[in-house]
Amino acid sequence: MSQSPSFILSIPEGKESPSQDLSPYDESIVHDSFHQLIQEQSQQAEVEALELQEWSSRDKGRGHQLQLEPCRAPQNYNSATLRILANMPSRTIGRSRGAIISQYYNQTVKLRRKNSRPLLRDMSSSARPSIWQNDLELDLTPREEEEKRSLLVKELQGLTVAQRDHMLRAMPLSLAEKCCLRQDSCIQRGRQKHHHRSQTQLYCCSRLQYHCIAFRSLWYGLLSGLYALKPWHYSLKQISGQFGSSVLSYFLFLKTLISFNVLLLLFLLPFIVAVQVAFPPTSEFPFSQSFTGLELFTGRGQFTHTVMFYGYYSNFTLNQPCSSHQNSDHCLPKAAHLPYNMPLAYLFTVGVSFFTTCIALVYSMSRSFGKSYQVGSTLGVHAITVFCSWDYRVTQKRAARLQHDNIRTQLKELLAEWQLKQHPRSMCGRLQQMIVLLLVWLLCLGTAVGCAIAVYSFSEFMHENQETKTQMISEKLQEVHLLALPLIVCIINLVIPYLYNAFASWEQHDSPVLEVYVAICRNLILKMVILGLLCYHWMGRKIRTLGDQCWETFVGQELYRFMVMDFIFILLDTLFGELVWRLIVERLKGDRKPEFDVARNVLELIYGQTLTWLGVLFSPLLPAIQLLKLLFLFYIKKISLMANCQAPRKPWRASHMTTIFITLLCFPSFLGAAIFLSYAIWQVRPSRTCGPFRTLDTIYEASKVWIRRLEEASPSITWFTWIHQYLVENTFFIFLISAVLLAVIYFNIQVVKGQRKVICLLKEQINNEGEDKIFLINKLHSIYESRATSN
Amino acid sequence: MGSSTSQLSKELLSEYQELTFLTKQEILLAHKTFIELLPPESQNVVDSLTAQVSRVPTEKVLTLPELKANPFKDRICRVFSTAPEKDSLSFEDFLDLLSVFSDAATPDIKSHYAFRIFDFDDDGTLNKEDLKQLVNRLTGTEEDTQLSPSEMNQLIQNILEESDIDRDGTINLSEFQHVISRSPDFTSSFKIVL
Repeated sequence: MSQSPSFILSIPEGKESPSQDLSPYDESIVHDSFHQLIQEQSQQAEVEALELQEWSSRDKGRGHQLQLEPCRAPQNYNSATLRILANMPSRTIGRSRGAIISQYYNQTVKLRRKNSRPLLRDMSSSARPSIWQNDLELDLTPREEEEKRSLLVKELQGLTVAQRDHMLRAMPLSLAEKCCLRQDSCIQRGRQKHHHRSQTQLYCCSRLQYHCIAFRSLWYGLLSGLYALKPWHYSLKQISGQFGSSVLSYFLFLKTLISFNVLLLLFLLPFIVAVQVAFPPTSEFPFSQSFTGLELFTGRGQFTHTVMFYGYYSNFTLNQPCSSHQNSDHCLPKAAHLPYNMPLAYLFTVGVSFFTTCIALVYSMSRSFGKSYQVGSTLGVHAITVFCSWDYRVTQKRAARLQHDNIRTQLKELLAEWQLKQHPRSMCGRLQQMIVLLLVWLLCLGTAVGCAIAVYSFSEFMHENQETKTQMISEKLQEVHLLALPLIVCIINLVIPYLYNAFASWEQHDSPVLEVYVAICRNLILKMVILGLLCYHWMGRKIRTLGDQCWETFVGQELYRFMVMDFIFILLDTLFGELVWRLIVERLKGDRKPEFDVARNVLELIYGQTLTWLGVLFSPLLPAIQLLKLLFLFYIKKISLMANCQAPRKPWRASHMTTIFITLLCFPSFLGAAIFLSYAIWQVRPSRTCGPFRTLDTIYEASKVWIRRLEEASPSITWFTWIHQYLVENTFFIFLISAVLLAVIYFNIQVVKGQRKVICLLKEQINNEGEDKIFLINKLHSIYESRATSN
Repeated sequence: MGSSTSQLSKELLSEYQELTFLTKQEILLAHKTFIELLPPESQNVVDSLTAQVSRVPTEKVLTLPELKANPFKDRICRVFSTAPEKDSLSFEDFLDLLSVFSDAATPDIKSHYAFRIFDFDDDGTLNKEDLKQLVNRLTGTEEDTQLSPSEMNQLIQNILEESDIDRDGTINLSEFQHVISRSPDFTSSFKIVL
């Protein structure tokens, strides 16, 4: 009775292979019939166990409520059965050190033999599928533990230093034990080094791995050094301590945007701006105006003829020696080293910076997607809420109390939702809900379209006003009139979301998380529709009207005005929305401080970034202004948050929302800007009087001109022109690439579907194993009971 | 910061850095914090590292601002303590704690220790009583903040239905880790930074 018996199920593997070729549906039939058999048996065992239970409860005078669901284990076992239960492998792994050591011994063995995950057909039908693919050992006696430990040490010596450290770091043992293990494996390793000299060739791959790991640890060391310099580390910790991870996600998104703008500036500053500053064009427009404060808002006046806008840039090759036969009027008398083709540089730099931004966005989006959307990740909300929702970074007592409240509310809401699902609404109720939903959506879309039309007609009105009244009012007032359009757009962007909130209160959603998603969707549609209309207005009307008068600088200035106005409105919104509300609430002695609305603030950030991307071609310094704006915003928002707000009450799934924000940044925002830019580069005629493309028909022609020149200059590099002709200009190649990509996507979707089916089957298998286990335990229990009664 | 670099020896520092997920700065900061918790007579380097001499009793560790508001603070200290009565932490235990809760720790090790923290009766599984206590700690300690008994039972039943794959009425380590792997927020919320 002292030694616990070992339960090792060994069902022969040969049974499995013929069924491997059958479709999954056949296997499930087999499992179902097996399931029925188990049910019959366990019901029989239930009856026996029930009798025993009644007997034992009568005996011990306990009044436990019996659970009569099929296949559930009765709880009143005697002490012998309980001891066996406690020694079961699935329970010892969670608590005993010996089990952990032996588990990691097995893992290390597998690592040494470079064993990847075993194929499904190699797994016996009774093998318990776990995500670690390990052999669970029983609770070990001290002598067995020592043996396992020495085996583990021996295995650790076989690994390289970096691998061993990696392995040790990931083991859930205490630090003292890890130190001992490391010391032991070091000593032994020194002794046995000369024996293993011959085996070094076998480890060539592991040597490469070692180099990779060493490089990676160097990289992490560098990163950790950088993190020590992290400027906002303490601020972010403060914010997460007081408000939790939902508000933190806003500030992290702000940091992401800052990095995107820095990426843009890394290309634009050295290749375009710095060069043009070094070689300023001869001033055709003398600086007659004095500096007034109005320029900061309108971007006109003194700012017009600076590196800030497109019109300033030269359209010839800078720094060109006089001896060449091209463009002899812009050459320098002394011999220059590096001729710099400005139009080409402008086009290519903007193109390359956009391309890099696109790659960075897609990469971060896919990484975020991969982390947050896994197969079956929406199932099991109750368990996930209970196990994962406490945010350990929260350190303040008040915030902790708020978290308690939040979690309680969330659990109650989940339970209510679950109840609702058990009793679904009647057909009538559902129809009513659908009608209300449809109505509210129509209202919101109608409002968006109405606002867009209003903006369009206002812009037309301003346009005509400008045409007719140029003589009657002063120039200053004319400039102020230019601010009217951004003002209107910002007011609309501020007011309409509150209207949408009011509309949304009519509809009843089943889950509060869906409400947040729907609100974000509607606000985004509004913003994008207005921006789209404005782009159409600029590309259509303005170009026709201004014609050759440097319309690009005008568009750049318009976008600058929009950005400045947006910044002013964010400041005002923070001031009035948060500070004044808090003062009012304090005066009225309420305790509902304003909440920090993360979704709305993030959408504002996305809007600002869209404006920047739209304007990069026309104003290369716009990312720098956006960078300054974001830096200011960080501090202002943080100060306002600390002083005025409380943490949001709605439940928040931080990583899902972060994924959604990055996706929104990529798809409507960046894609729209890229489309606008492509249209501007390929289809629109640049103005004749200013900018680097004044002599060309389209901006893209600059590269065509250059290729033609290359062909003429050195006919030996025809491959380059060949590539250009057949791959870039020819659309067939792009169709081919798209078709291949679509095929790959379809293939991946099918793979995921297959994996889902496999998961279902495996769950069924585990279920059956569990029923086996309960059946055996009940039998064991009845044997012990009968032995006890017979003694 | 300059004075504390001279306190921990370089080899020890690099050994700790290799065996835990902490960076050198974090280890030094942890050492400084730990020394402040010790009684004045053992506030030197040698004593602070000798586990036999200086262990900080759990009550003192719980006064740290990072742990004070945590509803599982006593369980955390208990799980990481290597003392026989599980009532005090040595410096290495403290480092273990910070390592598991750090940024760089793997999700496996976090979920392993989370399981041990939630296992209130230390029997290797989460049964109904464990889950009941867990939910009570999450919702708050006062009487009026707890769920009603019917809600609690329904919730526990739902949890078991969602995560107890082998239907034995308890959640073992593998099932727990399987649930955790489906939640991407776990690794970012299971963090304590000094």
